[in-house]
Amino acid sequence: VSVLHAEWTKFRTVAGWVAGTAAAALLMVLVALLAGVSSDQKGAPPVPVGPGGEPVTDSFYFVHRPLTGDGSITVTVSALATGVPDGPGELRPGVVPWAKAGLLIRQSTRQGTSYAAIMVTGSHGVRMQDDYVHDTAGPAVSYRRLRLDRSGDLITGYASTDGTNWTEVGTARVRGLGSTAQVGMFVASPQAVQGLGTTGSVSTATFGDLRLHGGRTGGDWTGEQVGAGSPTFAGYPQGTSGSFTESDGGFTVTGAGDLAPAARYSLPTGGTRGDILTGTFGALIVVIVVGALFITTEYRRNLIHVTLSAGPGRGRVLLAKATVLGAVTFVAGLVGALVAAPLGERLARANGVYIFPVSPATQLRVALGTAALLACASILALSVGTVLRRGAGAVTTVIVITVLPYLLIANPFMPAGVANWLTRVTPAAAFAVQQTLVRYPQVENPYTPYNGYYPLAPWAGLAVLAGYAMVSLAVAAVVLRRRDA
Amino acid sequence: VRTALHAEWTKLRTVAGPRWLLLGIVAASVALSAGAASVVTCASAACGGDPTAVALIGVMLGQAPAAVLGVLVISGECGTGMIRTTLTAMPRRHIAFAAKAVTVSGVVAAAATVAVLGSLLAGRIVLPGRGFTAAHGHAALSLADGPTLRASVGSILYLILIALLSLGIAAVVRDSATGIGIVLALLYVLPIVAQVIGDPHWQRLLQRLGPMSAGLTVQATTDLDRLPIGPWAGLAVTAGWAAAALVTGGLLLHHRDA
Repeated sequence: VSVLHAEWTKFRTVAGWVAGTAAAALLMVLVALLAGVSSDQKGAPPVPVGPGGEPVTDSFYFVHRPLTGDGSITVTVSALATGVPDGPGELRPGVVPWAKAGLLIRQSTRQGTSYAAIMVTGSHGVRMQDDYVHDTAGPAVSYRRLRLDRSGDLITGYASTDGTNWTEVGTARVRGLGSTAQVGMFVASPQAVQGLGTTGSVSTATFGDLRLHGGRTGGDWTGEQVGAGSPTFAGYPQGTSGSFTESDGGFTVTGAGDLAPAARYSLPTGGTRGDILTGTFGALIVVIVVGALFITTEYRRNLIHVTLSAGPGRGRVLLAKATVLGAVTFVAGLVGALVAAPLGERLARANGVYIFPVSPATQLRVALGTAALLACASILALSVGTVLRRGAGAVTTVIVITVLPYLLIANPFMPAGVANWLTRVTPAAAFAVQQTLVRYPQVENPYTPYNGYYPLAPWAGLAVLAGYAMVSLAVAAVVLRRRDA
Repeated sequence: VRTALHAEWTKLRTVAGPRWLLLGIVAASVALSAGAASVVTCASAACGGDPTAVALIGVMLGQAPAAVLGVLVISGECGTGMIRTTLTAMPRRHIAFAAKAVTVSGVVAAAATVAVLGSLLAGRIVLPGRGFTAAHGHAALSLADGPTLRASVGSILYLILIALLSLGIAAVVRDSATGIGIVLALLYVLPIVAQVIGDPHWQRLLQRLGPMSAGLTVQATTDLDRLPIGPWAGLAVTAGWAAAALVTGGLLLHHRDA
């Protein structure tokens, strides 16, 4: 305890170290302010939000008519062809795995409405999906005949090869369907991942043998591009547009867009809590410098002899230093994160920026994780400083292994595999703790660290940095004991 | 002046640290360049990569030891009190400081030349195997190519400027850990912070002002119109940073007690 007290006294009486730690928290807040103030998206169209509160893409081509009461609709999807732009105004046939054509029921075409749908996809077979985030796998694509049954709020999806033997794919409860719902055929064609970015696509489906059973229907089939002006819709490839034609009881429908949760690429204007906390990088540099100085100053001033002769054991002195440094940095980081994140988000929202939603538990994880990240980095700097006994070398080493990987993954030519590897094995893995975006298997998107999707789970990523800090601390303890001071 | 240069050269030559750092510039640059070159891919003629910039990406890592060298040349002396000896022997402080700048520039220039040529060579050997072939519209890297020559010479100058910037900053803060922290924050963190600026105009401005984001535009050989700033103009920004740091450091060294 006396060692701890001695180290705490040393830390708190050096003005530069206290100021540095405060500056780390301040940097986080300042960058959050900058991020919030500098963005101006006032007047941008609102981002559609699904029943669960998450941002969604609700843009597709819908050929529909009202259906009152319980009933059933069946159709055969005889073809689904997708085109991907190949130069301006030119399309080549392509495979978009999540291109969708099938049956859809929802109360209205208002953005973000609850729905249920059964569909044939580009290369994921038959799927039943509802309310944007739910996805149930059905049989293979050879099941071309699709059916949706409505019984009150309960929707059941079926698929069949022959129209006689039906396989149930899934059920969904659609809230607020009302007595009269819109039913019909839809075609969606999400952006396709191409190289390191995405490209738009357009799909055309041929529907046949369309039948409505039960209920009461009225009006004609109406074709409509839903969500045309939505910020989560990238639009049609040049020279194409949504349409439908009816002939001999069959329909040909062309559409683009998607019915799915929005990922980073479908909502490029959206911000994340991690973006707001970019000041963590500035804070990181400061705590690394303070961490290294906490030990190298003793070497430079030859105070280390006094410290080591006064202390009971060299290992314990180092542990006391790490404890004091880690605790102080953790508190500063926590204060910085707790002030910066809500402040920056509020300012950004006031400027019309959409921030991906974060649950309170995740908010707490991001704040605690950011504080722990800074604490681990400072202990790493302390340990490397003990081994090298040189401030400049220690600071450079730690900054290079934590910050440089992040710069490298931001290089547009870095393949996703390498970026994922870098954020698995280097201390930069710890930034995963700031991830707030959700990966959806039913949305194809460049899920790269640069876009805010880390390969490791949040705490696992932090554990990588913590591992570096612990191992280097152990090495430092051994070196300190074996070596003359 | 000549004795000052000779003194600085002797100090640099007789300590093991600078030699390792110069070796570090070469090793770090070539290693990262070769690593990056062996992971990029160019699948078609439309892949649009910039092989020269990929081959020279190692400068991003090689600048770290260059910065450490720049910092240590002055703060190493401040830390040990050696600076008093230096300044007593050489009462005209600006000459002593200029001698340090010249010596650092010289040795970094030598190491940077080796580093850049090594990186280019690594790129020339590795990149064709990754699809950067003539068939995909990418000729083998060669110094006979105007833009590649400009990128290479620019990269060498860039590394010298980073060492000088570090020297200037270290003369201001007089502590090696703090000095290198400030330099690396300017180099590495400024471009990251620029990404969060929502307003494209301000974002571009910050990219133009950052010593690394502006200076390394000198490595670009394709899509020059999409750069935040022209190649030579970008390097001039880095030179401006280095000059400002050197002048400030020199003035403070002159007016402050050592």
